[in-house]
Amino acid sequence: MIKPLLARLQQKHRTVSFPKGTPVLPERFRGRPVVDSSKCATGCKLCVDSCPIGAIKKEKNALSIDLGKCLFCAQCEGNCSCGAIKFSREYRLAARTKKDLLLNGQEMKLAEALDKRMKKLFGRSLKLRQVSAGGCNACEADTNVLGTVVYDLGRFGVQFVASPRHADGLLITGPVTENMKLALEKTYDAVPDPKITIAVGTCAISGGPYIDLPRVNNGADKIIPVDLYIPGCPPHPLTILDGLLRLLGRIK
Amino acid sequence: MPAANAISLYNCQAVDTKRIPVAGITEFRNFVIEAAKSGKRIVSLFASPSSPQQVRLFAVLADDNAGNLSVLSSDVSDKYPSLTPDCPQAHLFEREIAEQWDVVPQGHPWLKPVRFHHSYSTGRDNKKEEPILPSVMDFFKVEGEEIHEVAVGPVHAGIIEPGHFRFQCFGENVLNLEISLGYQHRGVERAMIGGPDKRTLHYMETLAGDTSIGHTTAYCQLAESLSGSNVSPRAQSLRGIALELERLANHTGDLGALAGDIGYLPTSSFCGRIRGDFLNMTALICGSRFGRGLVIPGGVGFDVNKQHSDTLTEKLARALKDVNVAADLLWNTSSVLARFEETGVVQPEICKELGLVGIPARASGVEIDCRFNFPAGIYRFAQIPISGWHTGDVFARAYVRWLEVQRSIDFINDQLNTLPEGQIKTNIKPALPGKFCVSLVEGWRGEICHVGLTGPDGRLSHYKIVDPSFHNWTGLAMAMRNQQISDFPLCNKSFNLSYCGYDL
Repeated sequence: MIKPLLARLQQKHRTVSFPKGTPVLPERFRGRPVVDSSKCATGCKLCVDSCPIGAIKKEKNALSIDLGKCLFCAQCEGNCSCGAIKFSREYRLAARTKKDLLLNGQEMKLAEALDKRMKKLFGRSLKLRQVSAGGCNACEADTNVLGTVVYDLGRFGVQFVASPRHADGLLITGPVTENMKLALEKTYDAVPDPKITIAVGTCAISGGPYIDLPRVNNGADKIIPVDLYIPGCPPHPLTILDGLLRLLGRIK
Repeated sequence: MPAANAISLYNCQAVDTKRIPVAGITEFRNFVIEAAKSGKRIVSLFASPSSPQQVRLFAVLADDNAGNLSVLSSDVSDKYPSLTPDCPQAHLFEREIAEQWDVVPQGHPWLKPVRFHHSYSTGRDNKKEEPILPSVMDFFKVEGEEIHEVAVGPVHAGIIEPGHFRFQCFGENVLNLEISLGYQHRGVERAMIGGPDKRTLHYMETLAGDTSIGHTTAYCQLAESLSGSNVSPRAQSLRGIALELERLANHTGDLGALAGDIGYLPTSSFCGRIRGDFLNMTALICGSRFGRGLVIPGGVGFDVNKQHSDTLTEKLARALKDVNVAADLLWNTSSVLARFEETGVVQPEICKELGLVGIPARASGVEIDCRFNFPAGIYRFAQIPISGWHTGDVFARAYVRWLEVQRSIDFINDQLNTLPEGQIKTNIKPALPGKFCVSLVEGWRGEICHVGLTGPDGRLSHYKIVDPSFHNWTGLAMAMRNQQISDFPLCNKSFNLSYCGYDL
């Protein structure tokens, strides 16, 4: 019995102080892109052409980048010689509507909390069922990580449960493959009302790298209503946690 | 021996497709069956259209001892005599060929869908209008008064990918487990055709998101060979470091998850955190915990400076200490060993017969590892000894992971100490037309095989991916025979196979 106790001491306390402390992100972390159309050279479309997904639009010299499609590969940044697109280390990316995911140089409107009634129901206890619908297991893995001692999701009253019938909502990953469409619909129906849906990762928001392929549905909101979008390919665990806590009104 | 006319290749050696001999189907069958009997493994067996009426079967067989691959092809139309009755290794490959091209391997004992989609061949499949529903098929059934059936999935209880498992049980004992996947099918192989394009690398990175480095390395090696480009030693070394970091993260996570599945929480908690430390080391190099953007055609996207190297060395030393403490608890706790030992045994004969790869093979005493048998890139210069165990049970699959953790850390330290000078990337030339190339990489789950063919324009005309999970899911089904159904989560975790890597 002494061995596990000694091991426990050796392994130390590891839970991050989030949301109180300042999170430590790697130096090369690619977070929210910052768009500055004023730096953009007239007639140049290198960023638009380099994007694998078509997440960047340039209309009348006004650049915009759709976080719901962005793979954070930074090809655009690499190809831009004017510095009009730069990836920052900002990890806060979650939004309530797809419109809020369009970045055009304005301050991003981060996710607002649920309305009063829903917040009263779920604000201190939210049980989620996870459905992977064509996800590559990266979004799944970095959602799973929230359950480790590092993030300790349980301390916020959020928990992943084994059945949709025990859940208050769904957390969906993946572009929703044709073969998972029915299962997703059935799982959604099995969650008792009122319920919420969270789309995690670029695939679940727009189809991600698989956008417009014949075997996928370009994201969860093509099938069921979505209340929170958390972009990233995959989103950093802190991005997911930040999104969940914003939805619950625990971070403002 | 009819094998005489197959072409012999090394890993990542591109040849003109027209140099691959086209045999008659009888000769082709004999070649594959004899090769398998003599101990070779099927690393890939696929069909590619050769004319409007025909498809060409390509068989890629590995001779692990000699470190070479032999390739033979044969043209077939709507049917051919199945290989599976004489060569069980071919079973899933033949099911895949039948599903993709509507070519019937006659006499196949288990001809069922693999991924539940319409065939790619135009004109032959008359049922295109009818939707194909996943897992709607005839499952193997055991009948009898006290037999019951348990169906699980596609949506599972944890945060994992979807799949359907059908158990035939007698009381608590599982007589048979049939695994039906395809829910994650996104159509990656088809999307590769006509490439490479802007999205190609992203398909590879998300083929199996926990194996981004493994699959991108396999693809990049292939793209480089098809174009006759060279990659700098520094880039090769950094790719090796990334591949081993991926292995470390996943193996550590698996040790924790195995502990979690038997309710041994100390190791479960510790390893869950240490796994993240390894992922963060990958993020230190490239900004992404899963190595996105790190391995690119022509080299790597990010360099490692002295400061990175020192930080990595220091973090690795700490992580090694932590993972050793966490794993030692497993090996020294009798209640853990009681659950691990003699659970889910796969015999070495079964491993060989079914062509299992990676951890499950090495844990059953079958010593195969691409890093050793088919070295490419940095592994030609820095070899990692094969880690094996002989008992074939959950314990062995856990223990092999722990052995590999230590060897991977040694390897990374060696590489960091002797990192070659030079560029990290070169511009690769366009692929040459009419080429065929096989690329093998030992991912953390096992052997990853990519086969690429280029058309007359140098674009990819066919792309075949074999994730180690494709070989190994059947191994899990075998491990469950005569086990208690309550041991399924433990056995499943000890394999920890990919759904999306299989479903493509």
